[in-house]
Amino acid sequence: MKAAEIAGRIRDHFPDVYVARDEVTVLVDRAELIDALIRLRDQPDLSFGFLSSVTATDHPDKDPRFWVVYELRSVEHAHRLRVKVGLPGGDPHMPSVTPLFPTADWHERETWDLFGVVFDDHPDLDRILLPDDWEGHPLRKDEELGGVGTQYHGAFIPPVDERTMP
Amino acid sequence: MTGHEMGAARDELRDVPQKIRDRVTGEVRRETMIINMGPQHPSTHGVLRLLLELDGETVIRCKPIVGYLHTGIEKNTEYRTWVQGVAYVTRADYLSPFFNELAYCLSVERLLGIEAPPRAQILRVMLCELNRIASHLVWLATGSLELGAVSMMLYGFREREVILDIFEAVTGLRMNHSYIRPGGVIMDLPPDGPRMIAKLLDTMPARIDDYERILNDNPIWLERNVGVGKLSAEDALAFGVTGPILRSAGIPIDLRKDEPYSGYETYDFDVPVRTEADAYSRYVIRIEEMRESLRIVEQALERLAEPGPVMVEDPKVGWPAKLSVGPDGIGNDEAYLRHIMEESMEALIHHFKMVTQGVRVPEGEVYTAVESPRGELGMYVVSANEYRPYRVKIRDPSFVNLQAVPTMVEGGLIADAIAVIASLDPVMGGVDR
Amino acid sequence: MPVERYEGHLTGRTPEEVEEEVRKGVMLTTMDRAVSWARKQSMWPATFGLACCAIEMMSAGAGRYDLSRWGMELFRASPRQADLMIVAGRVSQKMAPVLRRVYDQMVEPKWVVSMGVCASAGGMFTNYAIVQGVDTIVPVDIYVPGCPPKPEMLMFGILKLHEKIRTTGTIR
Repeated sequence: MKAAEIAGRIRDHFPDVYVARDEVTVLVDRAELIDALIRLRDQPDLSFGFLSSVTATDHPDKDPRFWVVYELRSVEHAHRLRVKVGLPGGDPHMPSVTPLFPTADWHERETWDLFGVVFDDHPDLDRILLPDDWEGHPLRKDEELGGVGTQYHGAFIPPVDERTMP
Repeated sequence: MTGHEMGAARDELRDVPQKIRDRVTGEVRRETMIINMGPQHPSTHGVLRLLLELDGETVIRCKPIVGYLHTGIEKNTEYRTWVQGVAYVTRADYLSPFFNELAYCLSVERLLGIEAPPRAQILRVMLCELNRIASHLVWLATGSLELGAVSMMLYGFREREVILDIFEAVTGLRMNHSYIRPGGVIMDLPPDGPRMIAKLLDTMPARIDDYERILNDNPIWLERNVGVGKLSAEDALAFGVTGPILRSAGIPIDLRKDEPYSGYETYDFDVPVRTEADAYSRYVIRIEEMRESLRIVEQALERLAEPGPVMVEDPKVGWPAKLSVGPDGIGNDEAYLRHIMEESMEALIHHFKMVTQGVRVPEGEVYTAVESPRGELGMYVVSANEYRPYRVKIRDPSFVNLQAVPTMVEGGLIADAIAVIASLDPVMGGVDR
Repeated sequence: MPVERYEGHLTGRTPEEVEEEVRKGVMLTTMDRAVSWARKQSMWPATFGLACCAIEMMSAGAGRYDLSRWGMELFRASPRQADLMIVAGRVSQKMAPVLRRVYDQMVEPKWVVSMGVCASAGGMFTNYAIVQGVDTIVPVDIYVPGCPPKPEMLMFGILKLHEKIRTTGTIR
């Protein structure tokens, strides 16, 4: 199904849906996420039963601060959908979808590790990419890139996030 | 039967001495052993760490621990221009660099609303399929080495050297090319490029036949691979597994056929699918995929007979240089250099701005997926109308496929764990990014 | 019979000092050279391939760029049996303690070749996740730049290491 058609079919249950660049995006509240995913999976003409990826983006000066993004795909119909959940910066908790999609296990661990989004009822929410005793969540926009400056023959080049070239 | 039951049955056959029997129940006291495999290990395909709980030789529990190669690629792209992002992204899954670049550039092109010229798309397809063959050769070489077939290691790398020669002639580098950029590719084929590729097409099929002759009926290869690492279709879909592992379980998903990109719908090729879902069927699928990739390369080579532009014409987007591979590396065209240095100041300023500042991409978000040798490689790219990306998320197939390792390994022997991981073909650069 | 001359640690000394050294060390010089020759003749690398450079290291050990010409095709998995550690690839913060541990487990004499710019200086990844040069963790003998270095570049680095070992006086 094309993106516009999918958007038309789900608009009754999900009022916050828009189509951009041939992709459908649905905005869902975190309390209704599980029900929304079940509905999207069970409706026969949609059947979004395959979760490709779970990630997050950080907009520190906006509200909601975190947008957690789920990329869904349908095996039968070969179309895609994106579900986005907005989270406030002060309370980045949301339900884990691992009971529905076991593949979300490591994806949610990575999102916790890099962004600090807490997934309630996750079986094992630990750091996965960074060492276990790491402090901070590096992919947040207010964390610096890190790295050391380079000094060579009197010239000094600061690390990337401190340079002035655009 | 669990490990414990098998051990108990084994003990009944033997005469186990009295002192290790439990005083109360009379049963033999058993303990499990927790050992650590990796991260520095010759057979774990990179820096993968496995925590195994063993009962004798049987694996009871397995926990993969990753993160030993975390490079912070995604954060680094947020501080660099869009074209510099190609150089970062290409090093994620380092055995299939063209696929990383292709997924990223397709996402950026969708955000920009442009399409690469047809010749660029044909070049992209051809190089991606050559990369698929090279990646499968590394899998074959290292997988066979880990299972003991040492000569396959040398044969696999011998063939791969021929393909890397082609890459070096076309892009200037053997690995991590930064060749596919938003808007097209940066260089056209060199004059002897078609001849080299045609020679590969002549010699490669016989070599693949050789590999099959060595391995297909080899009793050791069959013993170690048939029936090992079974993953049913439902489990595979639940774990989000894609690629040859899913196709070995009978589900014919291939993004080149289901969601075609870059003109794949115009090429004539088949997708091998098997139903046994074990390591041997994945081996057969990958060998077949190498043959199918050769078919695609042949068709692409024919289409490259007509000349055309390889980078989009729009001056706000296309890379400004006219590059080619020379005897001492990649260099700019003489006429172009004269034009910007001596003739036209505007051209120099434009060149400077495009190289240092780059292209400004309108706001939006896009997810594009390509079929890499390991499965679905997706890029979720968010732009905030700037000269640099806002967020680049790499959905790597190996990261997701490794979640299925405990299911495939538990209950089997520890030696089978090696065969299972070899059949999964994970690349830790993609897992950890 | 022609005498072989090579630049050693006596270059630039006064004639009296040279006399003294010669009286002390004729026997030891020959031993020295023999030991250095034996050490460089077949160094066994430890498998420490991490990322892209590891693939080029494997290519260096494979058929076309044959490391077996210098007796080095045998990559030992156990650090106790290896004397050369080629750090091939980017070292992340999580991997750094493992690297140091493997280095400590290697038995003297041991050498380290840092292959690629990521191992030598952090490479293009100047960020929180990558150790900016493994010489912050282990002492490095030879740095081989490149991203990744061609197998010929790695071989050149290894031959330079052989040169370095050959001219190292270990007994005196």
